[in-house]
Amino acid sequence: MKIDWAALGSVFGVSLVVTVALVGLFTLGVVGLTKKESAEGGTAALAVTGAYACFAACAAAVAYGIYLIVA
Amino acid sequence: MEHITLLLGIVIVTALVFDFTNGFHDTANAMATTISTGALRPKTAVAMSATLNLVGAFLSVEVAKTISGGIINEQGIRVEVIFAALVGAILWNLLTWLLGLPSSSSHALFGGLIGAAVASAGWSAVNGSTVVTKVLIPAVAAPIVAGLASMLATRLSYAVSSHTDEKAASKGYRAGQIASAGLVSLAHGTNDAQKTMGIITLALVTGGVLAPGSNPPTWVIVSAGMAIALGTYLGGWRIIHTLGKGLTDLAPQQGFAAQTSAATAILASSHIGFSLSTTQVCSGAVLGAGMGRKGGVVRWSTATRMFAAWGLTLPAAGLVGAGAELLTRQGTWGTVVTGVLLIAGSTVIWALSRRKPVTSDNIHEIEPESAGVVTAAVAAVTPPPAGPVATADAPVDATADLKTTIPSPDAGTSAEPNRAATV
Repeated sequence: MKIDWAALGSVFGVSLVVTVALVGLFTLGVVGLTKKESAEGGTAALAVTGAYACFAACAAAVAYGIYLIVA
Repeated sequence: MEHITLLLGIVIVTALVFDFTNGFHDTANAMATTISTGALRPKTAVAMSATLNLVGAFLSVEVAKTISGGIINEQGIRVEVIFAALVGAILWNLLTWLLGLPSSSSHALFGGLIGAAVASAGWSAVNGSTVVTKVLIPAVAAPIVAGLASMLATRLSYAVSSHTDEKAASKGYRAGQIASAGLVSLAHGTNDAQKTMGIITLALVTGGVLAPGSNPPTWVIVSAGMAIALGTYLGGWRIIHTLGKGLTDLAPQQGFAAQTSAATAILASSHIGFSLSTTQVCSGAVLGAGMGRKGGVVRWSTATRMFAAWGLTLPAAGLVGAGAELLTRQGTWGTVVTGVLLIAGSTVIWALSRRKPVTSDNIHEIEPESAGVVTAAVAAVTPPPAGPVATADAPVDATADLKTTIPSPDAGTSAEPNRAATV
Protein backbone atom coordinates (compact mmCIF):
# COMPACT_ATOMS: atom_id res chain seq x y z
CA MET A 1 0.00 0.00 0.00
CA LYS A 2 1.44 3.30 -1.09
CA ILE A 3 0.07 6.43 0.48
CA ASP A 4 0.92 9.57 -1.37
CA TRP A 5 1.92 11.65 1.64
CA ALA A 6 3.56 14.26 -0.58
CA ALA A 7 0.30 14.94 -2.42
CA LEU A 8 -1.62 15.03 0.83
CA GLY A 9 0.94 17.42 2.27
CA SER A 10 0.71 19.72 -0.76
CA VAL A 11 -3.07 19.75 -0.60
CA PHE A 12 -2.81 20.63 3.06
CA GLY A 13 -0.25 23.38 2.53
CA VAL A 14 -1.88 24.89 -0.54
CA SER A 15 -5.35 24.91 1.04
CA LEU A 16 -4.03 26.54 4.18
CA VAL A 17 -1.95 29.24 2.50
CA VAL A 18 -4.43 30.08 -0.25
CA THR A 19 -7.43 30.18 2.09
CA VAL A 20 -5.73 32.37 4.66
CA ALA A 21 -4.32 34.66 1.96
CA LEU A 22 -7.66 35.04 0.16
CA VAL A 23 -9.70 35.60 3.29
CA GLY A 24 -7.06 38.04 4.55
CA LEU A 25 -7.06 39.97 1.28
CA PHE A 26 -10.81 40.08 1.11
CA THR A 27 -11.05 41.24 4.71
CA LEU A 28 -8.56 44.02 3.95
CA GLY A 29 -10.71 45.02 1.00
CA VAL A 30 -13.85 45.09 3.11
CA VAL A 31 -12.07 47.07 5.82
CA GLY A 32 -10.77 49.50 3.20
CA LEU A 33 -14.23 50.12 1.82
CA THR A 34 -15.75 50.74 5.23
CA LYS A 35 -12.85 53.08 6.11
CA LYS A 36 -13.80 55.20 3.12
CA GLU A 37 -16.79 56.60 4.95
CA SER A 38 -14.83 57.69 8.02
CA ALA A 39 -11.68 59.01 6.33
CA GLU A 40 -11.51 62.04 4.05
CA GLY A 41 -9.53 63.23 1.01
CA GLY A 42 -6.34 61.43 0.16
CA THR A 43 -6.65 58.69 2.79
CA ALA A 44 -10.09 57.78 1.53
CA ALA A 45 -8.90 57.52 -2.06
CA LEU A 46 -5.98 55.39 -0.96
CA ALA A 47 -8.23 53.10 1.08
CA VAL A 48 -10.61 52.62 -1.83
CA THR A 49 -7.80 51.96 -4.30
CA GLY A 50 -6.27 49.44 -1.92
CA ALA A 51 -9.65 47.80 -1.41
CA TYR A 52 -10.23 47.41 -5.12
CA ALA A 53 -6.75 46.00 -5.57
CA CYS A 54 -7.57 43.38 -2.93
CA PHE A 55 -10.88 42.52 -4.60
CA ALA A 56 -9.15 42.29 -7.98
CA ALA A 57 -6.69 39.79 -6.55
CA CYS A 58 -9.59 37.74 -5.15
CA ALA A 59 -11.41 37.90 -8.48
CA ALA A 60 -8.26 36.65 -10.18
CA ALA A 61 -8.17 33.74 -7.76
CA VAL A 62 -11.80 32.89 -8.56
CA ALA A 63 -11.04 33.07 -12.27
CA TYR A 64 -8.12 30.71 -11.76
CA GLY A 65 -10.45 28.41 -9.84
CA ILE A 66 -12.90 28.34 -12.75
CA TYR A 67 -10.00 27.68 -15.09
CA LEU A 68 -8.96 24.72 -12.94
CA ILE A 69 -12.49 23.30 -13.02
CA VAL A 70 -12.92 23.71 -16.75
CA ALA A 71 -9.45 22.57 -17.78
CA MET B 1 -30.65 2.22 -28.34
CA GLU B 2 -32.85 -0.61 -29.60
CA HIS B 3 -30.84 -3.20 -27.69
CA ILE B 4 -31.60 -1.83 -24.25
CA THR B 5 -32.99 -4.65 -22.18
CA LEU B 6 -35.33 -4.31 -19.25
CA LEU B 7 -32.48 -4.76 -16.77
CA LEU B 8 -30.37 -2.14 -18.50
CA GLY B 9 -33.33 0.24 -18.48
CA ILE B 10 -33.78 -0.30 -14.77
CA VAL B 11 -30.09 0.33 -14.13
CA ILE B 12 -30.16 3.57 -16.11
CA VAL B 13 -33.20 4.81 -14.23
CA THR B 14 -31.64 3.81 -10.90
CA ALA B 15 -28.41 5.58 -11.80
CA LEU B 16 -30.37 8.73 -12.54
CA VAL B 17 -32.19 8.37 -9.23
CA PHE B 18 -28.84 8.09 -7.50
CA ASP B 19 -27.69 11.19 -9.35
CA PHE B 20 -30.81 12.95 -8.12
CA THR B 21 -30.18 11.97 -4.48
CA ASN B 22 -26.58 13.02 -4.95
CA GLY B 23 -27.60 16.54 -5.97
CA PHE B 24 -30.25 16.57 -3.29
CA HIS B 25 -27.78 15.50 -0.62
CA ASP B 26 -24.97 17.79 -1.65
CA THR B 27 -26.78 21.08 -2.13
CA ALA B 28 -25.84 21.68 1.47
CA ASN B 29 -22.14 21.64 0.70
CA ALA B 30 -22.31 24.66 -1.51
CA MET B 31 -25.27 26.49 -0.11
CA ALA B 32 -25.83 25.71 3.58
CA THR B 33 -23.66 28.49 4.95
CA THR B 34 -24.75 30.85 2.19
CA ILE B 35 -28.35 30.36 3.25
CA SER B 36 -27.74 30.49 6.99
CA THR B 37 -25.78 33.75 6.86
CA GLY B 38 -28.45 35.29 4.67
CA ALA B 39 -26.14 35.87 1.72
CA LEU B 40 -28.80 34.42 -0.56
CA ARG B 41 -32.45 33.60 -0.02
CA PRO B 42 -33.01 29.82 0.22
CA LYS B 43 -34.76 29.42 -3.14
CA THR B 44 -32.28 31.68 -4.91
CA ALA B 45 -29.37 29.76 -3.45
CA VAL B 46 -30.58 26.34 -4.60
CA ALA B 47 -31.54 27.72 -8.01
CA MET B 48 -28.04 29.13 -8.45
CA SER B 49 -26.46 25.92 -7.26
CA ALA B 50 -28.65 23.83 -9.59
CA THR B 51 -27.76 25.98 -12.58
CA LEU B 52 -24.05 25.74 -11.85
CA ASN B 53 -24.33 21.99 -11.37
CA LEU B 54 -26.00 21.69 -14.75
CA VAL B 55 -23.35 23.87 -16.36
CA GLY B 56 -20.67 21.84 -14.64
CA ALA B 57 -22.08 18.61 -16.06
CA PHE B 58 -21.52 19.89 -19.58
CA LEU B 59 -18.21 21.61 -18.94
CA SER B 60 -15.86 18.75 -18.53
CA VAL B 61 -15.20 16.24 -21.27
CA GLU B 62 -13.03 14.15 -18.99
CA VAL B 63 -15.40 11.30 -18.23
CA ALA B 64 -14.75 9.12 -15.25
CA LYS B 65 -12.97 6.19 -16.86
CA THR B 66 -13.66 3.97 -13.91
CA ILE B 67 -16.62 4.45 -11.64
CA SER B 68 -14.82 3.31 -8.55
CA GLY B 69 -11.30 4.55 -9.22
CA GLY B 70 -9.82 1.10 -8.78
CA ILE B 71 -11.55 0.23 -5.51
CA ILE B 72 -13.15 -2.81 -7.04
CA ASN B 73 -12.08 -4.91 -9.94
CA GLU B 74 -14.35 -3.71 -12.72
CA GLN B 75 -13.33 -6.35 -15.18
CA GLY B 76 -16.25 -8.59 -15.96
CA ILE B 77 -18.57 -6.66 -13.67
CA ARG B 78 -22.19 -7.56 -14.32
CA VAL B 79 -24.99 -5.07 -14.79
CA GLU B 80 -26.73 -6.56 -11.74
CA VAL B 81 -23.77 -5.62 -9.55
CA ILE B 82 -24.02 -2.00 -10.65
CA PHE B 83 -27.73 -2.06 -9.93
CA ALA B 84 -27.23 -3.54 -6.45
CA ALA B 85 -24.54 -0.97 -5.66
CA LEU B 86 -26.87 1.86 -6.66
CA VAL B 87 -29.64 0.48 -4.46
CA GLY B 88 -27.30 0.51 -1.46
CA ALA B 89 -26.07 4.02 -2.21
CA ILE B 90 -29.54 5.48 -2.75
CA LEU B 91 -30.99 4.02 0.45
CA TRP B 92 -28.05 5.23 2.56
CA ASN B 93 -28.27 8.69 0.98
CA LEU B 94 -31.96 8.87 1.78
CA LEU B 95 -31.53 7.64 5.33
CA THR B 96 -28.79 10.14 6.14
CA TRP B 97 -30.93 12.84 4.56
CA LEU B 98 -33.82 11.84 6.84
CA LEU B 99 -31.49 12.23 9.81
CA GLY B 100 -30.18 15.50 8.40
CA LEU B 101 -26.61 14.28 8.38
CA PRO B 102 -24.17 15.35 5.69
CA SER B 103 -22.43 12.21 4.45
CA SER B 104 -20.49 11.57 1.29
CA SER B 105 -22.51 10.38 -1.70
CA SER B 106 -19.36 9.05 -3.31
CA HIS B 107 -18.57 6.96 -0.26
CA ALA B 108 -22.12 5.61 -0.32
CA LEU B 109 -21.60 4.59 -3.94
CA PHE B 110 -18.22 3.04 -3.14
CA GLY B 111 -19.77 1.16 -0.24
CA GLY B 112 -22.55 -0.16 -2.43
CA LEU B 113 -20.07 -1.23 -5.09
CA ILE B 114 -17.84 -2.97 -2.57
CA GLY B 115 -20.76 -4.82 -1.00
CA ALA B 116 -22.21 -5.87 -4.32
CA ALA B 117 -18.83 -6.90 -5.72
CA VAL B 118 -17.99 -8.98 -2.65
CA ALA B 119 -21.37 -10.69 -2.73
CA SER B 120 -20.89 -11.37 -6.42
CA ALA B 121 -17.25 -12.44 -6.64
CA GLY B 122 -15.83 -12.66 -3.14
CA TRP B 123 -13.33 -10.47 -1.29
CA SER B 124 -10.76 -10.71 -4.06
CA ALA B 125 -12.91 -8.33 -6.09
CA VAL B 126 -12.04 -5.52 -3.69
CA ASN B 127 -8.75 -3.73 -3.69
CA GLY B 128 -8.19 -3.22 0.04
CA SER B 129 -5.28 -0.83 -0.13
CA THR B 130 -7.14 1.44 -2.55
CA VAL B 131 -10.00 1.59 -0.07
CA VAL B 132 -7.56 2.88 2.53
CA THR B 133 -5.86 5.41 0.27
CA LYS B 134 -8.95 6.64 -1.55
CA VAL B 135 -11.59 6.51 1.14
CA LEU B 136 -10.31 6.16 4.68
CA ILE B 137 -7.36 8.55 4.70
CA PRO B 138 -9.16 11.29 2.74
CA ALA B 139 -12.11 10.93 5.11
CA VAL B 140 -9.87 11.71 8.06
CA ALA B 141 -7.74 14.29 6.26
CA ALA B 142 -10.49 16.33 4.58
CA PRO B 143 -12.12 17.84 7.67
CA ILE B 144 -8.72 18.50 9.23
CA VAL B 145 -7.34 20.26 6.16
CA ALA B 146 -10.42 22.36 5.51
CA GLY B 147 -11.15 22.88 9.19
CA LEU B 148 -7.70 24.16 10.06
CA ALA B 149 -7.59 26.47 7.03
CA SER B 150 -11.01 27.82 7.81
CA MET B 151 -10.20 28.28 11.50
CA LEU B 152 -7.01 30.22 10.83
CA ALA B 153 -8.70 32.29 8.14
CA THR B 154 -11.54 33.15 10.51
CA ARG B 155 -9.08 34.18 13.22
CA LEU B 156 -7.11 36.33 10.82
CA SER B 157 -10.22 37.91 9.39
CA TYR B 158 -11.57 38.84 12.82
CA ALA B 159 -8.17 40.18 13.88
CA VAL B 160 -7.82 42.38 10.78
CA SER B 161 -11.31 43.77 10.89
CA SER B 162 -11.64 44.26 14.64
CA HIS B 163 -12.33 47.98 14.35
CA THR B 164 -14.78 48.05 11.50
CA ASP B 165 -18.51 48.51 11.43
CA GLU B 166 -19.85 44.99 11.41
CA LYS B 167 -23.04 45.78 9.54
CA ALA B 168 -21.36 47.48 6.62
CA ALA B 169 -18.74 44.75 6.42
CA SER B 170 -21.29 41.91 6.43
CA LYS B 171 -22.50 42.94 3.00
CA GLY B 172 -19.02 42.48 1.60
CA TYR B 173 -18.56 39.06 3.16
CA ARG B 174 -21.92 37.90 1.86
CA ALA B 175 -20.93 38.87 -1.67
CA GLY B 176 -17.63 37.06 -1.33
CA GLN B 177 -19.35 34.00 0.01
CA ILE B 178 -21.60 33.79 -3.04
CA ALA B 179 -18.53 33.58 -5.27
CA SER B 180 -16.93 30.77 -3.31
CA ALA B 181 -20.25 28.91 -3.07
CA GLY B 182 -20.54 29.18 -6.84
CA LEU B 183 -17.13 27.57 -7.25
CA VAL B 184 -18.11 24.68 -4.99
CA SER B 185 -21.30 24.11 -7.00
CA LEU B 186 -19.48 24.18 -10.30
CA ALA B 187 -16.82 21.77 -9.10
CA HIS B 188 -19.55 19.48 -7.78
CA GLY B 189 -21.33 19.43 -11.13
CA THR B 190 -18.18 18.51 -13.02
CA ASN B 191 -17.27 15.74 -10.57
CA ASP B 192 -20.48 14.11 -9.50
CA ALA B 193 -22.56 14.37 -12.65
CA GLN B 194 -19.60 12.80 -14.43
CA LYS B 195 -19.73 9.92 -12.02
CA THR B 196 -23.29 9.04 -13.01
CA MET B 197 -22.43 9.41 -16.68
CA GLY B 198 -19.59 6.99 -16.06
CA ILE B 199 -21.93 4.48 -14.40
CA ILE B 200 -24.53 4.63 -17.17
CA THR B 201 -21.86 4.39 -19.84
CA LEU B 202 -20.28 1.41 -18.10
CA ALA B 203 -23.69 -0.27 -17.87
CA LEU B 204 -24.29 0.37 -21.57
CA VAL B 205 -20.89 -1.05 -22.44
CA THR B 206 -21.43 -4.06 -20.19
CA GLY B 207 -24.83 -4.62 -21.77
CA GLY B 208 -23.26 -4.55 -25.22
CA VAL B 209 -25.08 -1.42 -26.39
CA LEU B 210 -21.94 0.67 -26.68
CA ALA B 211 -18.49 -0.34 -27.81
CA PRO B 212 -15.94 -0.47 -24.99
CA GLY B 213 -14.14 2.84 -24.53
CA SER B 214 -16.94 4.93 -26.01
CA ASN B 215 -17.77 8.37 -24.74
CA PRO B 216 -21.19 8.77 -23.16
CA PRO B 217 -23.93 9.53 -25.69
CA THR B 218 -25.48 12.97 -25.54
CA TRP B 219 -28.71 11.73 -23.98
CA VAL B 220 -26.68 10.33 -21.07
CA ILE B 221 -24.92 13.66 -20.49
CA VAL B 222 -28.17 15.60 -20.70
CA SER B 223 -30.15 13.29 -18.44
CA ALA B 224 -27.40 13.04 -15.83
CA GLY B 225 -26.99 16.81 -15.77
CA MET B 226 -30.74 17.30 -15.46
CA ALA B 227 -31.07 14.74 -12.67
CA ILE B 228 -28.36 16.26 -10.51
CA ALA B 229 -29.64 19.79 -11.13
CA LEU B 230 -33.20 18.80 -10.26
CA GLY B 231 -32.02 17.15 -7.06
CA THR B 232 -29.99 20.20 -6.18
CA TYR B 233 -32.91 22.51 -6.83
CA LEU B 234 -35.31 20.54 -4.65
CA GLY B 235 -32.68 20.83 -1.96
CA GLY B 236 -31.99 18.57 0.97
CA TRP B 237 -33.20 21.14 3.46
CA ARG B 238 -32.56 18.89 6.42
CA ILE B 239 -28.87 18.67 5.64
CA ILE B 240 -28.70 22.35 4.77
CA HIS B 241 -30.11 23.07 8.20
CA THR B 242 -27.55 20.87 9.97
CA LEU B 243 -24.59 22.24 8.07
CA GLY B 244 -25.71 25.85 8.13
CA LYS B 245 -27.10 26.08 11.63
CA GLY B 246 -26.90 22.78 13.46
CA LEU B 247 -23.15 22.49 13.80
CA THR B 248 -22.42 26.06 14.81
CA ASP B 249 -23.80 29.58 14.46
CA LEU B 250 -22.17 31.38 11.59
CA ALA B 251 -21.77 35.12 11.09
CA PRO B 252 -21.28 36.28 7.47
CA GLN B 253 -17.58 36.67 8.11
CA GLN B 254 -17.28 33.06 9.27
CA GLY B 255 -19.48 31.82 6.47
CA PHE B 256 -17.17 33.50 4.00
CA ALA B 257 -14.07 31.96 5.58
CA ALA B 258 -15.69 28.51 5.68
CA GLN B 259 -16.89 28.63 2.08
CA THR B 260 -13.57 29.94 0.78
CA SER B 261 -11.66 27.26 2.61
CA ALA B 262 -14.00 24.59 1.24
CA ALA B 263 -13.67 25.84 -2.34
CA THR B 264 -9.90 26.07 -2.04
CA ALA B 265 -9.49 22.63 -0.50
CA ILE B 266 -11.73 21.01 -3.13
CA LEU B 267 -9.93 22.63 -6.03
CA ALA B 268 -6.49 22.02 -4.55
CA SER B 269 -7.27 18.36 -3.90
CA SER B 270 -8.70 17.66 -7.33
CA HIS B 271 -5.88 19.54 -9.01
CA ILE B 272 -2.98 18.08 -7.03
CA GLY B 273 -4.48 14.63 -7.13
CA PHE B 274 -5.36 13.62 -3.63
CA SER B 275 -9.08 13.67 -3.94
CA LEU B 276 -11.08 14.66 -0.88
CA SER B 277 -14.80 14.25 -0.45
CA THR B 278 -16.69 17.50 -0.95
CA THR B 279 -19.05 16.77 1.90
CA GLN B 280 -16.30 16.20 4.42
CA VAL B 281 -14.36 19.22 3.27
CA CYS B 282 -17.40 21.45 3.66
CA SER B 283 -18.39 20.05 7.06
CA GLY B 284 -14.82 20.46 8.30
CA ALA B 285 -14.71 24.02 7.04
CA VAL B 286 -17.91 24.87 8.91
CA LEU B 287 -16.57 23.34 12.11
CA GLY B 288 -13.31 25.24 11.70
CA ALA B 289 -15.10 28.54 11.19
CA GLY B 290 -17.13 27.85 14.32
CA MET B 291 -13.99 27.25 16.34
CA GLY B 292 -12.15 30.22 14.84
CA ARG B 293 -14.37 32.93 16.29
CA LYS B 294 -13.90 33.95 19.84
CA GLY B 295 -16.88 32.67 21.76
CA GLY B 296 -17.97 30.49 18.85
CA VAL B 297 -19.92 27.41 19.84
CA VAL B 298 -19.62 24.09 18.08
CA ARG B 299 -22.39 21.63 18.85
CA TRP B 300 -20.27 18.56 19.27
CA SER B 301 -23.24 16.26 19.78
CA THR B 302 -24.37 17.01 16.24
CA ALA B 303 -20.81 16.81 14.97
CA THR B 304 -20.36 13.42 16.62
CA ARG B 305 -23.48 12.07 14.95
CA MET B 306 -22.13 13.33 11.66
CA PHE B 307 -18.77 11.63 12.23
CA ALA B 308 -20.60 8.42 13.11
CA ALA B 309 -22.55 8.64 9.86
CA TRP B 310 -19.28 9.04 7.94
CA GLY B 311 -17.90 5.93 9.57
CA LEU B 312 -21.05 3.95 8.85
CA THR B 313 -21.46 5.05 5.23
CA LEU B 314 -19.20 2.44 3.70
CA PRO B 315 -20.31 -0.61 5.72
CA ALA B 316 -24.01 0.30 5.68
CA ALA B 317 -24.23 0.99 1.96
CA GLY B 318 -22.09 -2.12 1.48
CA LEU B 319 -24.47 -4.34 3.43
CA VAL B 320 -27.47 -3.12 1.47
CA GLY B 321 -25.53 -3.47 -1.77
CA ALA B 322 -24.56 -7.03 -0.87
CA GLY B 323 -28.13 -7.92 0.06
CA ALA B 324 -29.41 -6.44 -3.19
CA GLU B 325 -26.80 -8.36 -5.16
CA LEU B 326 -27.78 -11.65 -3.54
CA LEU B 327 -31.39 -10.95 -4.51
CA THR B 328 -30.74 -9.88 -8.09
CA ARG B 329 -28.69 -13.03 -8.53
CA GLN B 330 -31.83 -15.11 -8.21
CA GLY B 331 -32.89 -14.04 -11.68
CA THR B 332 -35.38 -11.63 -13.11
CA TRP B 333 -37.80 -11.92 -10.21
CA GLY B 334 -34.97 -11.06 -7.82
CA THR B 335 -34.19 -7.91 -9.76
CA VAL B 336 -37.84 -6.94 -9.72
CA VAL B 337 -38.08 -7.59 -5.98
CA THR B 338 -34.97 -5.47 -5.40
CA GLY B 339 -36.53 -2.66 -7.40
CA VAL B 340 -39.75 -2.94 -5.43
CA LEU B 341 -37.82 -2.93 -2.16
CA LEU B 342 -35.92 0.16 -3.25
CA ILE B 343 -39.13 1.98 -4.05
CA ALA B 344 -40.76 0.79 -0.82
CA GLY B 345 -37.76 1.78 1.29
CA SER B 346 -37.61 5.20 -0.30
CA THR B 347 -41.33 5.68 0.24
CA VAL B 348 -41.02 4.78 3.92
CA ILE B 349 -38.15 7.24 4.40
CA TRP B 350 -40.06 9.94 2.55
CA ALA B 351 -43.16 9.28 4.65
CA LEU B 352 -41.12 9.51 7.84
CA SER B 353 -39.65 12.79 6.66
CA ARG B 354 -43.14 14.29 6.37
CA ARG B 355 -43.59 14.01 10.11
CA LYS B 356 -41.28 16.94 10.66
CA PRO B 357 -40.67 18.50 7.29
CA VAL B 358 -37.86 20.96 6.74
CA THR B 359 -38.42 23.22 3.75
CA SER B 360 -37.12 26.42 2.28
CA ASP B 361 -39.89 28.23 4.14
CA ASN B 362 -39.10 27.12 7.67
CA ILE B 363 -35.35 26.64 7.42
CA HIS B 364 -34.60 29.84 9.29
CA GLU B 365 -37.15 29.21 12.02
CA ILE B 366 -36.15 25.76 13.15
CA GLU B 367 -33.95 25.97 16.17
CA PRO B 368 -30.79 23.91 16.23
CA GLU B 369 -30.42 21.28 18.87
CA SER B 370 -29.12 22.98 22.00
CA ALA B 371 -28.07 20.24 24.37
CA GLY B 372 -27.88 16.71 23.08
CA VAL B 373 -28.87 15.01 26.32
CA VAL B 374 -31.83 17.22 27.08
CA THR B 375 -33.31 17.05 23.60
CA ALA B 376 -32.82 13.31 23.51
CA ALA B 377 -34.67 12.96 26.79
CA VAL B 378 -37.48 15.24 25.67
CA ALA B 379 -37.80 13.44 22.38
CA ALA B 380 -37.95 10.13 24.17
CA VAL B 381 -40.88 11.30 26.26
CA THR B 382 -42.79 13.13 23.54
CA PRO B 383 -45.01 10.74 21.62
CA PRO B 384 -44.35 10.92 17.90
CA PRO B 385 -47.05 12.89 16.10
CA ALA B 386 -49.57 10.79 14.26
CA GLY B 387 -48.48 11.31 10.69
CA PRO B 388 -48.81 9.70 7.33
CA VAL B 389 -46.56 6.86 8.45
CA ALA B 390 -49.31 4.50 7.46
CA THR B 391 -48.47 5.19 3.82
CA ALA B 392 -45.88 2.51 4.28
CA ASP B 393 -48.52 -0.16 4.55
CA ALA B 394 -48.25 -2.81 1.86
CA PRO B 395 -44.57 -3.76 1.73
CA VAL B 396 -43.90 -3.31 5.42
CA ASP B 397 -42.60 -6.81 5.93
CA ALA B 398 -40.33 -6.62 2.98
CA THR B 399 -38.84 -3.29 3.93
CA ALA B 400 -38.34 -4.32 7.50
CA ASP B 401 -35.45 -6.57 6.62
CA LEU B 402 -34.03 -3.96 4.31
CA LYS B 403 -34.14 -1.35 7.00
CA THR B 404 -32.52 -3.52 9.59
CA THR B 405 -29.41 -3.69 7.49
CA ILE B 406 -29.00 0.06 7.87
CA PRO B 407 -27.77 0.77 11.37
CA SER B 408 -28.77 4.22 12.46
CA PRO B 409 -25.92 6.41 13.69
CA ASP B 410 -27.07 6.37 17.27
CA ALA B 411 -29.99 5.73 19.51
CA GLY B 412 -30.84 9.39 19.91
CA THR B 413 -31.71 9.92 16.29
CA SER B 414 -35.21 10.93 17.23
CA ALA B 415 -33.65 13.98 18.82
CA GLU B 416 -33.32 15.61 15.46
CA PRO B 417 -32.45 19.28 15.36
CA ASN B 418 -35.65 20.02 13.56
CA ARG B 419 -37.81 18.45 16.20
CA ALA B 420 -39.54 21.69 16.99
CA ALA B 421 -40.86 22.22 13.47
CA THR B 422 -44.45 23.28 13.41
CA VAL B 423 -45.28 24.87 10.11
